[in-house]
Amino acid sequence: MEDGIVLAMRGICKSFPGVKALNNVDFTLRKGEIHALMGENGAGKSTLIKVLTGVYEKDAGSIEIEGYPGEVHIHSPQQAQNIGISTVYQEITLCPNLTVAENMFIGRTNDTVVHWKEYEKRATEILDNLGIPARAKQELSRCSLAVQQMVAIARAVDMNCKVLILDEPTSSLDDKEVAMLFQLMRDLRARGVGIIFVTHFLEQVYEVSDRITVLRNGELVGEYAVDKLPQVELVAKMIGKSLDDLAELEQIGRHDSTHEDVVYEATDLSSAECRPFDFQIHKGEVNGFTGLLGSGRSESVRAIFGADQVTGGKVKINGRDVRISNPHDAMKNGIGYLPEDRKRDGIIADLSVRENIILALQTIQGMNRPIPRAKAEAFADEYIEALQIKTASQDTPIKSLSGGNQQKVILARWLLTHPQYLILDEPTRGIDVGTKLEIQKLVLKLAEEGMSITFISSEIEEMLRTCSRLIVMRDRKIVGELSGDELTQAQVMKTIAGGEEER
Amino acid sequence: MKRKNKSTGALSQLLIPLVALGILIVFNLIRDISFFSIGMRVNNAGNIVLTGNLISIIDSASELAIISMGMTLVTAACGGQDISVGAVGAISGAVFVKIIQAMGGITPASVIAGFVVCCLATILFKLFNGTLVAVFRIQPMIATLILYSCGRSIAYWINGDATPQLNSPIINSIGMTIPGIPVPTPIFAVILVGLLLALLFRFTSLRIYTQAVGINEGAARLNGINPTRIKLISFILLGVCVSVAALIGVCRLGQLNHKTLLVDIEMDAILAVAIGGNNLGGGRFNLTGSILGAYIIQMLTTTLYAMNVAPVNVKAFKAIAIIIIVVAGSPVVKSRLANLFNRLRSGSAGGSPKKEGVN
Repeated sequence: MEDGIVLAMRGICKSFPGVKALNNVDFTLRKGEIHALMGENGAGKSTLIKVLTGVYEKDAGSIEIEGYPGEVHIHSPQQAQNIGISTVYQEITLCPNLTVAENMFIGRTNDTVVHWKEYEKRATEILDNLGIPARAKQELSRCSLAVQQMVAIARAVDMNCKVLILDEPTSSLDDKEVAMLFQLMRDLRARGVGIIFVTHFLEQVYEVSDRITVLRNGELVGEYAVDKLPQVELVAKMIGKSLDDLAELEQIGRHDSTHEDVVYEATDLSSAECRPFDFQIHKGEVNGFTGLLGSGRSESVRAIFGADQVTGGKVKINGRDVRISNPHDAMKNGIGYLPEDRKRDGIIADLSVRENIILALQTIQGMNRPIPRAKAEAFADEYIEALQIKTASQDTPIKSLSGGNQQKVILARWLLTHPQYLILDEPTRGIDVGTKLEIQKLVLKLAEEGMSITFISSEIEEMLRTCSRLIVMRDRKIVGELSGDELTQAQVMKTIAGGEEER
Repeated sequence: MKRKNKSTGALSQLLIPLVALGILIVFNLIRDISFFSIGMRVNNAGNIVLTGNLISIIDSASELAIISMGMTLVTAACGGQDISVGAVGAISGAVFVKIIQAMGGITPASVIAGFVVCCLATILFKLFNGTLVAVFRIQPMIATLILYSCGRSIAYWINGDATPQLNSPIINSIGMTIPGIPVPTPIFAVILVGLLLALLFRFTSLRIYTQAVGINEGAARLNGINPTRIKLISFILLGVCVSVAALIGVCRLGQLNHKTLLVDIEMDAILAVAIGGNNLGGGRFNLTGSILGAYIIQMLTTTLYAMNVAPVNVKAFKAIAIIIIVVAGSPVVKSRLANLFNRLRSGSAGGSPKKEGVN
């Protein structure tokens, strides 16, 4: 193996029944580099990582690791760890009720007697060394998510690791926390650790990475130095087409719908989770709620859908007074809601793609009118085709689909009910660029056809591209409403940060 | 193709119970082929009836099979088990007998009234359990522990310490055979309950609702399902199953003994659900699997008795067999077997299955 290379994967192949997940993929990681692994959902990033960490066994190909002559065969995550490959996953896999030190050392020693004193001392050293703002004796749950993430990394790094895999480490962190994490990554790079960075945030790739490997449909597209690959080209390589699509999206643009009828109107609506607010949406309008995490934007739409206990307020649908006190009421009134947390609130993991698609329509129809099997199959086929959901079959459990495809299934579920008002809370979170674009396009198309849509996203750009009106929230209150020329990133930021008072 | 996929999915769940049943049958075939002989004889009541080990297995597993179906539904919706079915069954039987006595004797009318009232009473008790589980979110085992420990006392209060005898052709017809029909009536009861549940799932969307609630209650709610209602329905259906089982249990013996009626059946029922490949944590379920599970348990018992194993030892041998079945059906063993199978197949085909499909 060449000097300076810590990990060389060559010609890796891996198939699952009906899917070729990896086809002849090469991946090279050098000492002291941050190497971004990019690709759409289903491109094979996770599979490659899982092959590397011994979760899956590869069908073909070789893996070489610095310090181990010849090929290594990795059969289990434990073994991967022993030869210096550590992984920190998106979801933090530590125990929140234990202390930082306990978390760093639990399960790592074979000693019969546990020397917590000594561990605490060592933990403190490591934390200081890496500049992680946590104390060894602190309970982990009292640390912020970013610090928890960093503790997980500290644990990984301390296990004599050569290859550190960070799988979507930033998806639940805010900007400041991301900056902290990046600093830690740079420090580790300086110490010679090779870092594989998997993320969906393009800007972050350009902020910290040295090199990018792009995968598409299980195949290697190429390996590039960051400064040689402009962001637009990266996106083009990931989705495998030029950026005409994005341009097309700009062209569809937003259209003014304020002269149309009001579809949904709420006055003083409040729920157990949010303060009273007024809100209305027109036919064919796309609006958005924006604000920082925790500003109450999700809580507001949950109140609209009756997802939280509604405590007061008046609601009119098409000018008619209605009572919406639970999701079923909302659905009966033609409202659909794609929840923010897909895993927790969206998918029914063990049910098939088909069952997940028809579920909402079924509950609207009622228990006594089951959707016949043939019809359900036809619906599933129709939407798998229309939204290009990648699944082995409609009988596949939804949990075995990639994140983006799961999201499409949930989207299909609501589209099948033909709602007049559809709420999409973070429909593009944690999914790849190509699918993001598809979803944005779909939103605009649906609005064109007359559907009213509320679109929430943490990425302001995305909202600016799709929404004709933005409602800005801070501290669980509506603090501004922007439309027309006010829809610029700067103006949104300014309103979020505070300045303007409520109209 | 899609149909095939579906049936293979269900089949893989039923694989272990079917294999277990197959092994039991083959074992008995080798051991003593006369185990399977079926004959005819005239019983005490003067009816011609079928006899033989197989008939006796299917007949005596009836109560268990019926309760297992209800247990499957509660398990699927609530992610936990009801351990009070035996005790509530005793209450059920006591109510049944009390009503018959109150109506002055065993007549078709009093039996029907007795069953209707005992069914309603059982549903009430199950709704009590269900409310604790669905509304107050108490874990099913704790919520049902209460009736598990005091159910038989309640049965005692209803009928006193007496063990009332029910001697009548009507009772025999329910608990044993109907004159002219050589097949024991309880077998029909299993078929009837199974059929009713199948129809219920065919003509309502209860199956997908129950599974959705069992897998992800929060998401189910956001899809317009009322989880509380679905859980209560599962307990109501279990209540119906328990009262039918209690009816059979009482009529089979022709007497009510609140201490022994359906005693310990909750554990066997939970076991049947597990052997049937159902996840005891809730979610997807398969009623056929649970029914098979019930017959496997009974066949095991009968086989052991037929081998002249002393009654004291039967439970120990049964335990060994059950450990083997449960381990064979565990996810670990299953995935290893699947891996092995895939490797063998791709090895013999000289390529991945995908390639073959493409060519």
